Amino acid sequence: MTSYAGGLKSGLMIPIFWGVPHISLAAKIDMRPGVTDMSLRIQQIHHMSLWVCVVVGVVVFGAMFYTMLAHRRSKNPTPAKFSDSALIEFIWTVIPVLILVGMAIPATTALRDIEDNENSDMTVLITASQWKWHYQYLDSGINYYSNLATPQEQIENLEPKDEHYLLDVDNPLVLPTNKKIRFLVTADDVIHSWWVPDFAVKQDAIPGFINEAWTRIPVTGIFRGQCAELCGLDHAYMPIVVEVRPEEEFDVWIEEQRLAAELAGEAAVAARAKTWAMEELVTTGEEVFLKHCATCHERDGMGQGAKYPALAGSAIAAGAIAEHLDRVMNGKADTEMQAWAPQLSDLEIASVITYERNSWGNDSGDIIQPVTVYEAR
Amino acid sequence: MVAHAETVHKQRHPMLAFAARWLFTTNHKEIGSLYLWLRFVLFFIAGAMAMFIRLELFEPGIQFVDPLYYNQVLTLHGLVMVFGAVMPAFVGLANWLIPMMIGAPDMALPRMNNFSFWILPFAFAMLLSSLFMESGAPNFGWTFYAPLSTTYGPPSTDFFILGVHMMGISSIMGAINIIVTIVNLRAPGMTYMKMPLFVWTWFITAFLLIMVMPVLAGVVTMMLTDRHFGTSFFQAAGGGDPVMFQHIFWFFGHPEVYIMILPGFGIASQIIPTFARKKLFGYHSMVYATASIAFLSFIVWGHHMFTTGMPLIAELFVMYATMLIAVPTGVKVFNWVATMWRGSLTFETPMLFAIGFVMMFTIGGFSGLMLALVPADFQYHDTYFVVAHFHYVLYPGAIFGTMAAVYYWLPKWCGHMYDERLGKIHFWTATIAVNLTFFPMHFTGLAGMPRRIPDYSLQFADFNMVSSIGAGLLGLTQLLFLYIVVKTIRGGVKATDQVWEGAEGLEWSLPSPAPLHTFATPPVIAQGNDQ
Repeated sequence: MTSYAGGLKSGLMIPIFWGVPHISLAAKIDMRPGVTDMSLRIQQIHHMSLWVCVVVGVVVFGAMFYTMLAHRRSKNPTPAKFSDSALIEFIWTVIPVLILVGMAIPATTALRDIEDNENSDMTVLITASQWKWHYQYLDSGINYYSNLATPQEQIENLEPKDEHYLLDVDNPLVLPTNKKIRFLVTADDVIHSWWVPDFAVKQDAIPGFINEAWTRIPVTGIFRGQCAELCGLDHAYMPIVVEVRPEEEFDVWIEEQRLAAELAGEAAVAARAKTWAMEELVTTGEEVFLKHCATCHERDGMGQGAKYPALAGSAIAAGAIAEHLDRVMNGKADTEMQAWAPQLSDLEIASVITYERNSWGNDSGDIIQPVTVYEAR
Repeated sequence: MVAHAETVHKQRHPMLAFAARWLFTTNHKEIGSLYLWLRFVLFFIAGAMAMFIRLELFEPGIQFVDPLYYNQVLTLHGLVMVFGAVMPAFVGLANWLIPMMIGAPDMALPRMNNFSFWILPFAFAMLLSSLFMESGAPNFGWTFYAPLSTTYGPPSTDFFILGVHMMGISSIMGAINIIVTIVNLRAPGMTYMKMPLFVWTWFITAFLLIMVMPVLAGVVTMMLTDRHFGTSFFQAAGGGDPVMFQHIFWFFGHPEVYIMILPGFGIASQIIPTFARKKLFGYHSMVYATASIAFLSFIVWGHHMFTTGMPLIAELFVMYATMLIAVPTGVKVFNWVATMWRGSLTFETPMLFAIGFVMMFTIGGFSGLMLALVPADFQYHDTYFVVAHFHYVLYPGAIFGTMAAVYYWLPKWCGHMYDERLGKIHFWTATIAVNLTFFPMHFTGLAGMPRRIPDYSLQFADFNMVSSIGAGLLGLTQLLFLYIVVKTIRGGVKATDQVWEGAEGLEWSLPSPAPLHTFATPPVIAQGNDQ
């Protein structure tokens, strides 16, 4: 295990089972060994089953190629007459059974350990929603949302794509090394699946269910994954980034988060006290809109068909303020339009509503102040 | 055939007569042809969708198909391929071949046969019409997991539900017809253990269809009531269970996988002995293996759901049962190899496709075995490794099986030999293209690329480009196949009645082309031991 630690931070891996000389090729065609004991064990199971298949394949395909060459009509004009043999049928029924038993044993023991969620040191509740992850540290009360950070310009090929294209988030999940971390996984809307290949943890996030998984990460580094279950429009755009820090640094980080939460509370009070000008709100609002809203409603506010309606000239965005506020804060039941009140601050909600009411031909001139949002909560 | 149509409809306008002939036909050969042509049309539609998908995945970023449309195309590609391309192809072959193989004059229930075909064009028209609706087509994948397909499904989901119902009714009627025909209309002396393997595999497939199609109908009906009538079968908020959807769906879905491959096994078991000039090795064990696979297919549906939080004991049971399927499947492959062993082999196009079927299906079987191992499945699940796996069993399996069958029996159907040189070009280009398209998907999956995404991170770029190039080539081979089939129907070297020197079976005792009505009096079957 320790021999792996050196090359892990880059996310690349050292191929020990493949005889392929070129490391990057092996990294591209083999299952990732990952960084945990379990991910390495799973890679070994993968290699074991792969080699069983290769050997069986060589035997079967070898026999086929041999017979195709040796028994073609020009070589063997008179076909043999045999067409049955109980003994042979028995043999090639029993041998596969024995091979399968041999494969099932390591898979069974590994599975038993994977499903042992007892004695964890800390618990993170992961709640998926379209198309973001919400992380709650149940032991320290910290919680935050994690969204895709790759700019839309890169997706639309207007800017060059950076190294971690589609695998970057605004707030990564931060975890300590060498602790047994239990994940509780659930969802708010549709089924998602939380997957980090380097930990070999893939657990479906299902509304109404709380699934369990665990990992213990022996090394520091940044590890990336993606949602693995089709969850609607932006399924490709809900990555997972995990930052693993040494235990002491992790504790410091937890304290920082507590402090930051307090500061955010103070900032919210200050924001409520201030009367904001249109330009300030529209500037912030545009940022918020691009990050959270543009994926469905589009940057030009024109939406995408009936399911993702246009905001330009819409009955809500150009209608009564109260309804607009209600829609943004509480969402629309049974649609991707989710409640934003828990996710965004008063200032962000006020900004984005002001922006929407004064863009793309909507020219109400309305200004919504954070205090209005606060009172509506 | 033409003479027949004229006698029946001679007083009508030729166009009307033509329409009436095909609309009202109760002849198993004509209905078989209708099924095969419908399959061709739908295969091209679903194939075009695959081209869209591969075009978008050629490079990272969004270029041609935005995510909204991508999900719709992805969904319809799967649905149309499964229900429109693979299944009607096998039903069409069953219609053409089963009566001729067992010495029956027609299918047992000809009027129902007509009905079960003519439902399909309307079912698919309804499903595909959703592409042109304001809110777009269904966009939740062909597995339509709730609640994405219920609470969050687009309005066109109801068209999908009704379409699936109609396809299910068609399949059930077709399956009943096949069972009734095989049970009742075998020529005297054609005992069960003398039936050709293609008939046996279809007999078993038909039972699978009858057992699971009502389950599919049930699950889409539950969706419908969840969407419109206030039930909460699959809605956690109402006390329902989204995972129950998956249990019911896969209780249909896993036997469905074998519905799409067992007739292919039958085809390979007909073709390989012909070109090996040697009897099929282990006829009895082939029959028993097929039946075992069918039985096991009912108790392994959970292997699609290992990551849903199943209890350990259930995971273990499903893993062991799934691994067991490798045993009868292995027996079949070994029997095919033993059939070829010390035969006198020639490699005409049907044989090439049959051998390609056996080899590449086996590769898909290998990855299936790997997927059965639950710990490894946690890494494979919902990645391109799975996409590679099921395309290996479906393309070189079901689709190559169909193509092998068409090359093998087309001379019997239309009386002309196909162009052997073009057939061989078709086989080799298709084989190269299939492997170019689907083999790299193993690698992208192992490296961590999730399935069903329109855009991916840079590390997956190279192999996706290879896949897309392969897919383009694979698309072109379909045009070649269409050309070969049309050319053969329009003319060519006259086929003999026997067609293939090594062919055995009742269908080869008939003239080529097979007349519209055959075996009006049952053929004489040689008495003696079963196969």
